This record gives sequence, structure tokens and C-alpha cells, in this order.
Amino acid sequence: MQALYAQLLVGLINGSFYALLSLGLAVIFGMLNIINFAHGALYMMGAFCAYFLLNIAGIGYWWALIIAPIVVGIFGMILERTMLQWLSGLDHVYGLLLTFGIALIIQGVFQNYFGSSGLPYQIPDALRGGMNLGFMFLPIYRGWVVVFSLVICLATWFLIEKTQLGAYLRAATENPTLVRAFGINVPRMITLTYGLGVGLAALAGVLSAPINQVRPLMGADLIIVVFAVVVIGGMGSIMGSIITGFALGVIEGLTKYFYPEASNTVVFVLMVLVLLVKPTGLTGRAA
Amino acid sequence: MSALTDDTLPITPRAMRDEMVAFGLMAVLLAIVPLTGIYPFFVMQALCFALLACAFNLLVGYGGLLSFGHAMFLGTAGYVSAHALKVWALPPELGIIVGTAASCVLAVITGYVSIRRQGIYFSMITLALSQLLYFIYLQAPFTHGEDGIQGVPQGYLFGVFDLSKPTVLYYVVLAGFLGGFLLIYRTINSPFGEVLKSIRENEPRAISLGYKTDHYKLLAFILSGTLAGFAGSLKVFVAQNASLTDVHWSMSGEIVLMTLVGGLGTIFGPVVGAFIIIAMQQYLAGYGQWVTVIQGVIFVACVLTFRRGIIGELARLLRRSL
Repeated sequence: MQALYAQLLVGLINGSFYALLSLGLAVIFGMLNIINFAHGALYMMGAFCAYFLLNIAGIGYWWALIIAPIVVGIFGMILERTMLQWLSGLDHVYGLLLTFGIALIIQGVFQNYFGSSGLPYQIPDALRGGMNLGFMFLPIYRGWVVVFSLVICLATWFLIEKTQLGAYLRAATENPTLVRAFGINVPRMITLTYGLGVGLAALAGVLSAPINQVRPLMGADLIIVVFAVVVIGGMGSIMGSIITGFALGVIEGLTKYFYPEASNTVVFVLMVLVLLVKPTGLTGRAA
Repeated sequence: MSALTDDTLPITPRAMRDEMVAFGLMAVLLAIVPLTGIYPFFVMQALCFALLACAFNLLVGYGGLLSFGHAMFLGTAGYVSAHALKVWALPPELGIIVGTAASCVLAVITGYVSIRRQGIYFSMITLALSQLLYFIYLQAPFTHGEDGIQGVPQGYLFGVFDLSKPTVLYYVVLAGFLGGFLLIYRTINSPFGEVLKSIRENEPRAISLGYKTDHYKLLAFILSGTLAGFAGSLKVFVAQNASLTDVHWSMSGEIVLMTLVGGLGTIFGPVVGAFIIIAMQQYLAGYGQWVTVIQGVIFVACVLTFRRGIIGELARLLRRSL
């Protein structure tokens, strides 16, 4: 039973990353109509940012949680201003191709300087050790990642669904021209949205740095799984992305316990099943 | 919806004549390669990728479906052909047929799943499916995991042609490439190809005209996947191995890149693009991961400033369809 609970916890952690990343993808897709292939590379940049902060500037984990998403978010906004904005009105495919190119550049540069092996990142002192819950031993850091990710996901949901700013965002997604006529600076909102989505990816990167090690290709394979998550969940609903992300992480964890050979492929197999039964995705509208 | 290729020229007898002249020129140029002293291995490799890119282009350039997982057909055909040649000791012609047939079966299954969604979702689904295949091949015993299938025997095609001789192999690969190319060319200019283009331009209208667009898209997908597999089977004879590199997502990206550089939806673009990208890899092989960076830069540059690609721009300048 211990092993089952341990795998469930690993599943929940992976689910947190799926949720944070697919949430960012959905927010970006809503505003920019772009599938951000560079999302995995920016997640990796978040982890590296935390690593640099600690090893060069001596700035620890807690500040990295704030600084890394801001730094990577600003980097993302520069990408949006200099490149992505020129794609509006073109076929969606070009957004995918452009961001794929950006991902290749970022990952290639990091690989040149850091090879493909992992760099260690220490768990902060306050989150070391573990708790005995009676039925299982819970490493505190892992519990923290799940709870914190959930809070961030819900905060993002609240921001978009329940605040004035979120209302502008949703309105601009539906009809940007009309929203501009009301005097709202839509291009700036698009830039900020991209920064927000990218910041979420960087935050996931910082959270994963102590667990998964910091590697240039840490986001490359992850992003493909997240694409499958997005296909399963559909990008129409924020809450849908969060729930699908966590649920698939748990299913993956269960698979690791019951049939480990399929743990790499279970998300993709589920994607095929969902496409056969409900092609629009679980929460998606017909596109 | 803005279409991928915005300026398709009507097919006139003059356009057909131009294309046939260009095809003849290409065939002659490629046929005299062994006489020029150019390293034949390089050209053979480029020809395999050119056919692969042409097959990919049939789907994206004419059907408007951007597959981000075409490496799965290359890799599947490669593994099955290599296994058939090495373990089952089949003759080359049967090895090619078995590998291509495996890709065809794979294309039927993956096509049936992936054409259920359009546009960007289609790309993500094909990418995810190819990653699924990647993990299967990583774990399956017959692929030998990280090592791949090495030292595949080349044998005698039809019991006559000794494929271990570079010149003989070259002409066999060239014949395979030209055959595949003509098949794609014929498909594009057939009534089937016209319907496919109409689906690319405006699918709801094609449906309202009574076309079962899903059938057309599935058929295009199968044709494209099968021909990509044929290219993969040919490549086994050139490289004499089959490995995980051929199923990896970065390979799918390279196929997209070749076609994008040459020109999406142009007839000769993928061939030009494949030669450029393979040559680039050859010359920059010593620079490690900078090759990846350069590929990324080319992607970005092409999308931002050069969306028609080399042949697309050339065709526009000459006001011809190429």
C-alpha cells in the first residue's frame, strides 16, 4: 500500500505541472490564438532561473518563486512584442511553427552550455524532511508542491472568471475589435496575457527544480504530454484544464503502480480513447 | 480562415508544361550525380528525405493538415524493413513492401483518430501519437531500444541488382524517389487533389457541396503516411540501420522545416528544402547543438519573413506554378 500512495503522490505532483502548463496554454490560446510550443522551453528557463539565482546571486528558493516567473514572463513579453504579434490574422499553424522554432533556439542554447545532464537544486530548509500521516510517509516538499500549485491554479481561475480584469480578458477573447472600441488597450492585454501564461510555466519550472533536477530538455518531452492533456480536456474552460491536468497525473501515477510498462504512454492512449468517444475533448466546445 | 498558401495559380497547359520541364531537369540532374564525384551517400540520404517531405507536403500543402508526427511513418517503416531484412532475411523488394505496408496500416489507424479534429488540434494529436509510438519502440524488444537495428544487409534487389554497390543503390533510390514524386504529382492534379484543395480552402463549403470531407482527408493521410513509410524503407538501405532518432519528435520537426524552407504547397519546394537542410546538417555536424539553434532560427525567419519558401517566392517572381 505504501508504494501505491507514493505513486499517487508522484502522480499528483506531475498533475500539478500538467495543470499549471495546460492552464497557461489555454489562457494564451484564448487571447493569441497560438499554441505555445515554447511553453516547455520556458518552463525549463524558470528552473534554470532559480538555479542561477541560487548559485550566482545566492538568492534562495522563496525569492526565486517570485523572481523567476517575472523574469521569464518579461522574456515572454519581449518574444510576443518582437515576433508573435506579427502573426495575428495568419493561419494558426504559423504560431505553432514559430514557437517551435523559438523552443529549438532556447533549448539548443542551454544544451550548448549545460549539456544534457541534470544540475542539482536543493530543497529549501523549511520544506525538508517529512511527516508521518499514519498510512504513508509524506515528504513535506512534495506536499507543498501539490498544495501550492492548486492554490495558484485556483487563483488564476479566480482572476479570469471573477475579476474586472478577467472580464475584459474574456470579452477581448470573444471580440477584440469591440473591446478596443470601449477604449481598452487590447494589444497590451495580449502581451500581458502571454506574460502571465509564460510566468505560470516558469513557476512550474521553479517548483520542479528540486524534484526533477534542472536539465535543458526537461520541458521538451513534458510539453508533448501537456499537448495530449490539452486535447483530452479541451481549451475552452479554465477549470477544465486544471481538473484534467490533476486527474491525468493521478491516472499516470496509478498506472505506474499497477502496470509500470505503460506509465509513459497512458496519457496518449487516453487521448486516443477520448478522441474516439468524444472528439471535441471532455470540456471543449466544437471548434 | 486564411489559407496556408494564398496564391494558388490555376492549372493551365502552360503550367503543366513548365512543371514537366522542371521535372525533367531535376531527373537529369539527379541522374548524372554519380558521374560528378559528389558523395553519393549524401544525395541518397537527401533523396529519401525529399520524398518524405513531398509526402508530408501532400497532406499540409494540399490538404491543409499540418502533421507534427510524420517521423512515426519514417521510423515504423524503417524498423519493420530492417527487421524483415535482418531477422527474417527477406529479399530487398519484400523488405520494402513489408515496411511500407506497416506504415500504411499505421496511417489508417492514426489517420482515423487524428482527422477527428482540425487545425491546431490535428497537429497536437499527430505529435502525441508519434510520441506514443516512440515510447512503444523504446520498450519493444525487436527494436533493440537505444542501440537500434544495426548492420542491416542490403542484398540483391529482384535477385539481380547488388545494392551494396553505391552506384546501383543510388539509381534504385533515385527510381524510388522519382516514382513517389510522380505519384504525388499525379494525385495533386487529379480530381481527388482538387477536392482536397477545396477542403483546405473552405471545408464547410466542401461539405455543403456534398463531399464527405473526412473520407478525403483520411485517404490523403493514408497516402501521405504510406509514401513517407516508403521513404523510410528506402532509407534503411542507405543508412543500413533503423534507430530511435527516426521516430523522435525532433525528426518530425525537421520534416516540417524542410517543407517550410522549400515552400509549403509547392511541388518542388520540399525537394529543395530537403537538400538544403541535409546539406546544412552535413556541413555543421561538428558544431554540436548549434545545429538545433540554427534550425530554430530558420524556423523563426521563415515564418516571420519568408512564408512562401524558396520555391514559393521563385514561383511568384516568375508567375509560374512550380
